[in-house]
Amino acid sequence: MHFSTSGLESARRHVGDEVRVLIEADSDIVLAREHGRLIGKKIGFSATDLTIIATAISEVARNILVFAKSGEIVIREVSEHGRSGIQITARDNGPGIPDISLAMQEGYSTGKGLGMGLPGSRRLMDEFQVISSAGNGTIVEMKKWVNQNG
Amino acid sequence: MAKKEDNRITSDTDQNVPSESIGELLRQLVAHLRQNRTQLRQEWARRITQAKLLTAMSQDEIFAEATTIYDNYVEALESGTFEALQGYARNLSERIIPRGVETQEVIGIVLLLRDVLARSLFAKYQHDFALLNRILDAYEPAANSIANTVAVGFVQERERTITQQQEAIRELSTPVLQVRERLLILPIIGVIDPQRARQLTEQLLRGIRTNRAKVVVIDITGVAAMDSNVANHLVQTVEASRLLGATVIVTGLSPEIAQTLVTIGVDLTKMNTVGDLQGGIEEAEKLLGYKVILVSDTTAQA
Amino acid sequence: MEVPILKQGGYLIATIQAALSDADLIKLQDALVEQVGKYRSKGVIIDVTALDVMDSFATRTLRSIAHMIKLRGAETVICGIQPEVAFAMVQLGLTLEGISTALDLEEGLALLNKRTREREAARGR
Ligand SMILES: Nc1ncnc2c1ncn2[C@@H]1O[C@H](COP(=O)(O)OP(=O)(O)OP(=O)(O)O)[C@@H](O)[C@H]1O
Ligand SMILES: [Mg+2]
Repeated sequence: MHFSTSGLESARRHVGDEVRVLIEADSDIVLAREHGRLIGKKIGFSATDLTIIATAISEVARNILVFAKSGEIVIREVSEHGRSGIQITARDNGPGIPDISLAMQEGYSTGKGLGMGLPGSRRLMDEFQVISSAGNGTIVEMKKWVNQNG
Repeated sequence: MAKKEDNRITSDTDQNVPSESIGELLRQLVAHLRQNRTQLRQEWARRITQAKLLTAMSQDEIFAEATTIYDNYVEALESGTFEALQGYARNLSERIIPRGVETQEVIGIVLLLRDVLARSLFAKYQHDFALLNRILDAYEPAANSIANTVAVGFVQERERTITQQQEAIRELSTPVLQVRERLLILPIIGVIDPQRARQLTEQLLRGIRTNRAKVVVIDITGVAAMDSNVANHLVQTVEASRLLGATVIVTGLSPEIAQTLVTIGVDLTKMNTVGDLQGGIEEAEKLLGYKVILVSDTTAQA
Repeated sequence: MEVPILKQGGYLIATIQAALSDADLIKLQDALVEQVGKYRSKGVIIDVTALDVMDSFATRTLRSIAHMIKLRGAETVICGIQPEVAFAMVQLGLTLEGISTALDLEEGLALLNKRTREREAARGR
């Protein structure tokens, strides 16, 4: 049972191509945004949703650059229960976030920012998850589904 | 029918003690209706066509429906309970309303059935006026409640359909009205959930751009209640409109909604609010640089 | 991609042509602040019609540009924000409070003219 479930799981989640964008310079942020739009368009998102997706990508990509210097953004199509969506994973090996709930608060920034990136992206997307601890890098995984408004 | 009335009056003055209970009379009646089912159904269908009712339906359809209504009718008479008939009436309404069948047609066919059945009772009990009267006395109230049940079922179903249609129309086309150059009005009516709020915002923003609007009046007089989620959307709509260069005036803010806005941390003094739509439009015209001429001014000049 | 700045009368018009990198935005900020001082401009219009995303960094930079320009005695108008971009901005929680906005360049110029007239009238009084 375990075997077949995990087999199904990966088949179910990974539908289209995935795009991996290395984030090392600020022009890479623009590149990641553009890939997000391209894949999002193929999945069938509306113009407003494509802008929303690009904006969220911009936020997490910039966080990589500012706080971890480098990392990667992986963008892929996912489908589940007959609905399709986009999954964006931002991954870095930077300093990590010691207190995630603090970082998720509006206005909290250890840099010069407005502290809106993480809480704002969570509002823009349907699903949002941060995995991080001090010294162990950061993973932000977010998803948005087609036709699910919010 | 006049004859029947006369007979009944004489029968009432007779003071005859009926030998059968109403239940027994209805049982006799039902037996008669069952026996003559085929012929009475045909007669009813013929009368429906003759009266030019249900013209939206074919002959066969009318006959099929007539059969089911007839059987349900007889069953309601027998059992005295109207659930099955009610259910059927609703089901029938659901099917025929989209085809444009009107309320008076439905009432008409039920009254026709009452008439057809009463006539057949006449024919059968002609020889015994006293019995005929007792049968009719038992039949009349039952027939009336049946007619009532069917008509009410139809009207309710019709109302439900209309409400549904209105809701669908409202959802599809949220009216962003251009009342004059550069001035848009967005009247929000009904229940707003986050999904609809999002639609409203997107449509308004696109409307601002295509109409080159400078002022927008969002009228929420028709919004009964607003949870904090939707209130947040309203605030976002106001801010997004401003990002496009348009000023938003909110009118018809009820004290309850104002309270919700304050609760979620909105500074109402920063929001442009005016009591009612009329006042909002006047304010908008002032912002657009139009002179608002008061009636008293024009009469003074004249 | 660098942002061209056009001098028109007493105003500076910066038209953003395509998706901007952060470095480009910072360059724009420096150039505008310098030129406002140099030409004693009364107003600045930043046309963002071509911007497909306004994230927290872009918003913060535009705010700080407007702030610096105000310190040099001039007005800033941001024009051309797209409906979708505005929608995403407010959902993210970003506003341009205290900064004038206009539908497009034409409206932006009209707004600047009005502002300047008002200011001169106030000074003349
Ligand atoms: N990839 C990361 N690595 C390490 N720390 C991070 C990372 N992403 C976010 N953080 C921490 O979380 C805080 C909040 O992030 P958020 O994006 O919300 O705000 P910000 O980047 O500081 O400002 P803004 O995004 O508004 O410009 C950051 O200040 C930083 O301390
Ligand atoms: Mg950030």
